[in-house]
Order: sequence, then structure tokens, then C-alpha cells
Amino acid sequence: MAVEEANPTPTKANVDTLESAVIRFVGDSGDGMQLTGVQFTETSALLGNDVSTFPNYPAEIRAPQGSLYGVSGFQVHIGHGEISTPGDDVDVLVAMNPAALKTNLESVPAGKTIIVDTDSFTKKNLAKAEYETNPLEDGSLDNYKVIQVAITSLARTAILDMGLDNKAMNRSKNMFALGMVFWMFSRPLTHTEEFLKKKFAKKPKIVESNIRVLRAGYNYADTLELLPSPHTVLPAKMTPGEYKIVMGNAATAWGFIAAAEKAGLELFLGSYPITPASDILHELSKHEYFGVKTFQAEDEIAGICSAIGASFAGDLAITTTSGPGLALKGEAIGLATITELPIVIVDVQRGGPSTGLPTKTEQSDLLQVLFGRNGDSPVIVVAASTPANCFDFAYRAAKLALEHMTPVILMTDGYIANGSEPWRIETMDQLPDIKPRFVKPEEAGNWMPYQRDKESLAREWAIPGMPGFEHRVGGLEKDQLTGNVSYVPANHEEMTKIRAEKIKRVENYIPELEVEGAQSGDLLVVGWGGTYGSLHTAVNYMNETGDKVGYVHFNYINPMPKNTAEVFSRFKKIVVCELNLGQMAFVLQGRYPGHTFLKYNKIQGLPFTIMELVQKFNQLLKAE
Amino acid sequence: MENPTYTYKDMASDQEVRWCPGCDDYVILRSVQKALPQMGVSKEKFAFISGIGCSSRFPYYMNTYGMHSIHGRAPAIATGVKLANPELSVWVITGDGDSMAIGGNHFIHVIRRNIDLNLILFNNEIYGLTKGQFSPTTELGMRTKSSPYGNTQQPFHPGTLALGANARFFARIPGNRPKELTATFVEAEAFHGTSVIEVLQNCVIFNDGVFDGTVHKDVRDDQQVWVEHGKPMIFGKEKNKGLRLNGLKLEVVTIGQDGVTEEDILIHDAKEKDMAMHLMLARLQSPMVMGVIRAVDEITLGDRVAEQMEEVTSHSKFKSVDDLLLSGDSWTVE
Repeated sequence: MAVEEANPTPTKANVDTLESAVIRFVGDSGDGMQLTGVQFTETSALLGNDVSTFPNYPAEIRAPQGSLYGVSGFQVHIGHGEISTPGDDVDVLVAMNPAALKTNLESVPAGKTIIVDTDSFTKKNLAKAEYETNPLEDGSLDNYKVIQVAITSLARTAILDMGLDNKAMNRSKNMFALGMVFWMFSRPLTHTEEFLKKKFAKKPKIVESNIRVLRAGYNYADTLELLPSPHTVLPAKMTPGEYKIVMGNAATAWGFIAAAEKAGLELFLGSYPITPASDILHELSKHEYFGVKTFQAEDEIAGICSAIGASFAGDLAITTTSGPGLALKGEAIGLATITELPIVIVDVQRGGPSTGLPTKTEQSDLLQVLFGRNGDSPVIVVAASTPANCFDFAYRAAKLALEHMTPVILMTDGYIANGSEPWRIETMDQLPDIKPRFVKPEEAGNWMPYQRDKESLAREWAIPGMPGFEHRVGGLEKDQLTGNVSYVPANHEEMTKIRAEKIKRVENYIPELEVEGAQSGDLLVVGWGGTYGSLHTAVNYMNETGDKVGYVHFNYINPMPKNTAEVFSRFKKIVVCELNLGQMAFVLQGRYPGHTFLKYNKIQGLPFTIMELVQKFNQLLKAE
Repeated sequence: MENPTYTYKDMASDQEVRWCPGCDDYVILRSVQKALPQMGVSKEKFAFISGIGCSSRFPYYMNTYGMHSIHGRAPAIATGVKLANPELSVWVITGDGDSMAIGGNHFIHVIRRNIDLNLILFNNEIYGLTKGQFSPTTELGMRTKSSPYGNTQQPFHPGTLALGANARFFARIPGNRPKELTATFVEAEAFHGTSVIEVLQNCVIFNDGVFDGTVHKDVRDDQQVWVEHGKPMIFGKEKNKGLRLNGLKLEVVTIGQDGVTEEDILIHDAKEKDMAMHLMLARLQSPMVMGVIRAVDEITLGDRVAEQMEEVTSHSKFKSVDDLLLSGDSWTVE
């Protein structure tokens, strides 16, 4: 039986070494492109490559087969050097049908490789993809290296004798394509074979058929001499340590688990399903054994309200959502602000307004996050910038909430939430302490709910079950010491100022901005949140090719690092790059009115490409 | 303090109570303060969570842990409190605007999940704090600030709504009956699961006398059937009236007339799982049924969560957070 054969190795002697490569798998939303991409990514990461991924899929779960809007894709960038983005241009496109080819061709530069499944280029599918002539025959692909393979029928041939039904046979075609691409990049099949054995442990027939097809694809590529020689991408030079691949949403979940453990608290998540945040709920619900409690509520409001209740009762409480859900949570965030209870709200941004683009990325919730509540209701705002550092910022958001007794909004976005990259594993002993501000038992009787720490202005946390600290909190304005309801005009003004000052003083507890590239000069690039990979790569490219450009990236948005104004003053021009119409530029213009903030914006549901950034920066450098 | 001794005074905060003079809320407040010392629960373990409205000022007057939250959301907040610390005695204080309108969703879902907490619904059939608009329980045709020509919206019936959401415990008590209120609150706390207590609460300013047809002392004996588990449903000034089934409907009969004997009167079974009879009792308008209409013990959300967590923990391959962080395929960079 095929499964027992030795793992194949390329028979060709010469392996062509590449610095990096971008591979994109595209097909119908039911074709298994996400799984295929993940397998290629994990195998490459285990070989020591730096990797970055970008899944791009439609909002429909199973859109009609062959349709243009039903195309699902997974792009992975593997490298010997540092990789910070999934890459602009595709080196190898694997297109499982005409619609997938049509919608992805513009990302493939001339001369690059396209693998197509010729079995899918039927009249019907060509019509669905709105092709008037067959692109495989009309010469429109002459500028590419097109590898035409009857993927579906070859996959079926490999397993014809197994007695599987038609559907099951056709479903394995993604493994054939994966096998071919594994050969092209000299990757072993071991990781995927182990994965299949585990995933289908109870269905040995499915394991066998998938492995047979995977190997058939690999051997086919080897025998057919698809390319003069297979490529390889050598391991990357990364900071020493133990690594694994993480997706942003999972990293966020783990960051909270670690924070709860460090703080000595149980973790409570109150949440309502919403794309693209639900994976945090899924991940945390797997880990109930660490005292992790996940509560899937009846709506977004109940999600945050249950978390506020859990916070009142002494848990590390969080809620997870995306833009539309955040809009519903606004009133409750105000309650957590006035009751000064610790809670973290995670906003995994997507395209808006309204339902917008649920599966696409955007940074257009910034103003909602900062100001989307009634009254003066400041909260701490932090933003993760890569899939891996979602772990760090979830951890830090929890630490800030617990130590400063305030809601914290953690912003990520669909791009880093679903993207993956190597994460240098941090263990508990490497993480900073978290000290919840619990009252001390000896304070019982003399304690007042709104008495504050002189430095941070944080109040103390007394939770039900602690004798002698019975008290009431609530949404009515509080007396600044006793916490009793107070309508005294001067008290309200004072409390409003205290709530603002408390958040401002967090600047004393966060790191200063570090400027990448040129430390002063003509142009400063400013970014925040999930655009780090693109901006960092583009600025590096500029500086390597001779132009001196500086770059700062904001992870702390409210308050901002103390040296922000000083950094701005070192540059002649400042350009704020963001995936919205200019919300951060608007905020900076208000906070630092002495500077002019130029804008570079993209609102297509997609991340920046490196080249469009480089072009913009060059244009700004040339302009007077 | 395993069995602390308190009086109602220990349960009162130092804050001045600011309801209108003559409001039933005073009676309910004092009834709760008298009930708590009878529960064998240490004072610091009580948490009172309210929404918005006149009744929701309640937690400020209790010398316990409490939160006056946002409109309609108290059941959701209380759910978080109870899940975070199952040892607490958690009370939701809400009104008909708070939990039948803006918080209707949370009201039905807290009941559906059967989380072990007590919910007191102050039903005065009007918006009081916003000064007199009709509420979801206001009767058709009533003239209010926002229905000057008469209310055109069909009202909700709280008992029907609660039972429709599968309430395991539902009681109804008039707001002018302190002893019965206290006893019912004690019974609700002892009940394991979500307890809903509807209090017919008279608003002296905007809806004065709305329940007079049921609660006024001149009519109450003939207009209220107080039910007790295992006892016949007998009522009336002369204790000679009772409820019995006629086909699929309840009817009022008089013992000694038309051959009716005490034997014919229905015995109240609050623990019957099938809620058909409880629904009929809850919906009866004249007379109206008072007391604990339904009290069916079932596993609570908290029990299930605890059970699952224990089960999952015993099978987990991860014994520490480090195990989790280090799990899966990893590689070392030298």
C-alpha cells in the first residue's frame, strides 16, 4: 500500500537556491486551498524558513462552484532572509479552475509560473469565469511559464482502485497540487503525511487516499521535468530560540491565558460570534482546563456585560468582537470606564461601515475605538502589529487593564488575525509580572471604593466575597472618594478630569517610540497596527537602495509614547499610512498640531503592497 | 462566619432612599433586607445587580456588593458575576421597562440557561423614571404621556414570557405583602436555578391603583388565589372557592354549590415538569394566582460548566500554560 512507501526525495541533482518565494494556491471555496496553504507553510517553517501568510477568502461558506466571487486563496511567502509580509508578487500560482486564474492573474508578473488544472477548463467553467476564449489556448498566457496538468484526473487515477465515491476522489485533488509544489520547492512530505494520519485517524481510507494522491503529485512533478530543477529556499537567520507557527487570533488567545496565569486569576471571555474575531473564542473554548471560562452570549452587548460582571467578581475578563460588535458594546464600555473595572475588549477590524467586508481587512475602527462612546470616556488603546505579537499585546493589554483598573481596547485586524508567521515561543518565566490591584484585608472598614494610587491614579479592586469591603458601583457619576452617587457639579468635572488623567499617566508605563531607518531627515513614515510588515519592508527597501527614510510604528495609541512629539520634530515630512481614509492622521493632527501629516491611504480590503508604498515614498521625497 | 446572625439593619446601606413616598419599592426593599438574614449566607457573598429605572436604584440602598448597571443588561452582568464566582448569591433587580423592553433578550436567555440567580421583576406597568410612558406590560387603551389617545400596543405578560423561556421557578407576589415577599425571596434563594419573582408594584405617581382590582384589601380575598405546593387551590373570603379543571380550562367553583366538594379542587403541584398547568395558573386574570407557581429543579448552567471543566481538566494533556505554549510542532534556531 502506498502509505508504507518511503518518503520520496527529488531525483534531480541540481537544486536551484532562491532567497525567497511567494506561492499562492487558489480555487473554489470548497477546494481545500486554505488547508493546502497551511501545510506548505508549516512544512517550510519546520525547515527553518521565515514565513508570512495571507488567507483571502469570500464571505460565502460554499459559493457556487466555478464562480468568480467564490474563489478562495492562500498566499505564503517563504524566505531565507527576514520575511515581514506575504509578498506583493506571486512566483508560483496554483489555479484550480478558470475563475481562480482570472481573479489572480494580475498578481503574477510576466515570466512567473502558473500551474493549472486542465480538467477544470471546461466550457461551463470558462463561461462561469466569463472567459470568451480558453486562456490556455488563446495565447493570453504566453508571457508566463504555464504548467498544464490534468490534476483532477491524475488524482483520481491514483486512487481508482480504492472504491471511493466520485466526490471523495475529486476532493483529493488539492493534495496532488500540494505534492507538485512540495517537489518544486524540495520540501519533504513528512509533516503533511503526519497531519493527515492524525486528522483522519478514524478514517484510514481517507488517510491512504490523500497520501497516495500527495505522493502521486510529487512523483508526477519529478518524472515530468516540470522545471529544469527544483528550487529550494534555505533556512532563515532568525533570533535564536524555539519557534512555532502561530496565527494572530490564536496568539491573542494565548496571550490572555498567559496573562491570567501570571496574574493568578481565572480568565473569562464573554463573546458573540463575529468574523474575523470568532477564532479567539474557538481557541479559548478549547482550553477550559486552565480555569478558562468562555461564555457565548446571546448578543454582543451580553458578551461585554457578562465580562463586566466577571470583572466585578474578580476574573481577568475580556470580550472579543469586530467593528459592528464594537458599536453595540459602546454603552457597556462606558460603564466599565465609570466603574473603573479592568476589562479588555478585542476589536479584530474588518472592512466597514455596517456589515461591510466581513472577511477583508481594514483599519477603519480607530476613531470608533477612541471616541465611540457617550461622555468623555477615555480608555487605553493598544494595537498589535504582526500575527506573532498579538500574543504580546494581548498580554500587555491585560496587564494594563489590571494594573490601571480600566477598560483597554486591543486592536488587531483580519489580516494579522488570520495571517501566520513564526513566533519565538515565550514561556511563563520570561513574561513580566502582573499585579492586580486588590485591596489588602487590613484596609477593611477604612477603605473607600474610589481612593486612588498617587502615581497611576488607579483605584483598588474589592470583589464580592471579601468581607468588610461591601460597596456599590454603577453608571451614575460617583463621588470621587466614597463612590456614592454624586450630582455635585464640581465633582463631575473633577471626576471627568481624573478619568482622563489616569489614562494619560499610562504613558509613564509604556515604552517610547523607536525610529527604524533614518533617525532624522526628509521623510518619516508613520504606521500603526497591522500594517507593520508592509511598511517595515518598504522602508527597509528604500534605505537599502540609498534613500534615507525614518519609520515609526504605533502600538500604543492612547496614550501615545512620551517621545512622539520629539520624534516628529526630527523630520521635514511626515506621511501617515493606513488602511482607511486617514483616521490616524486626523488624530495626530489634533494632538500634534505643530506638524503637517500627509496621508497615504488604501481602502480595498487588502494590505499595502511594498511597491505601492515605495512609489509613494519616492514621490514624496522628490516633491518639494 | 459560617452561620452569621444579621438583622435587616445590617443589610441597609447609609444612603438615603429616594423613591417617591408611598412607593411599593420601600416594601420590597425592606422585605429583601429581612429575607437575607434568613438565608445562611455571609453578607459579603451577596451581589445585587440592577439595570436602569426606579427599581434599579435598589443596590445603592443595600449594604452588600452591588452594581447599578445599564438599561436592560443586568441579567447579562449577573451571569458574568455568577460564572466568575459560583459561591455568590446573585440578585437581579429589574423593572418591566428594563427587562421586558430593552433587556427582553437578556431576560429570556438568563432563564433559558437556568443560571442559579434570583431575579426580582418590579412590574408597575409603566415607565416611571422617564416620567410616565407606556411600557411593554401596560394594558391596551391606557392613556399615558406617550399614548395620549390610548395605548395601541398589545402588552407582554411576564409570566407567559418567563415560562415560554422555560422558567424553572416563577412566583408572583403583590407589592403590598411584605411577609409573603420575604418568604418568597427566601424560597427563591433556596431554589437551585434561575428564580423569577414578579412583584406587582404600584407606582403612586404614574399608574396609581393599576392593580387595585386584584390587590385592594376590599377585593383581594376573592381576587387572589395563593398557591402552595401540595395544597388545594382554595381561596375567597369564606375559603369556599377553588380552582378546578373543566375540560382544558380552569374554572372557579364554590365548594358546597352544584355538588362541588373540596375533593374536586386542584392540588397545586409546583414541581410538575410539564408546564401546561403552571401556564394556565400564571395567565389567570380574575382571580390572579399568587405565590410560587412553578419550582422545578433542574441542572443549572453553573453545574454543567463545572462538570465539563472537571472532565476536560482530567483528560487534558496540558498541565501548565507552558505546556500549551510549547505544544505543537516547533523548531529551534541556533
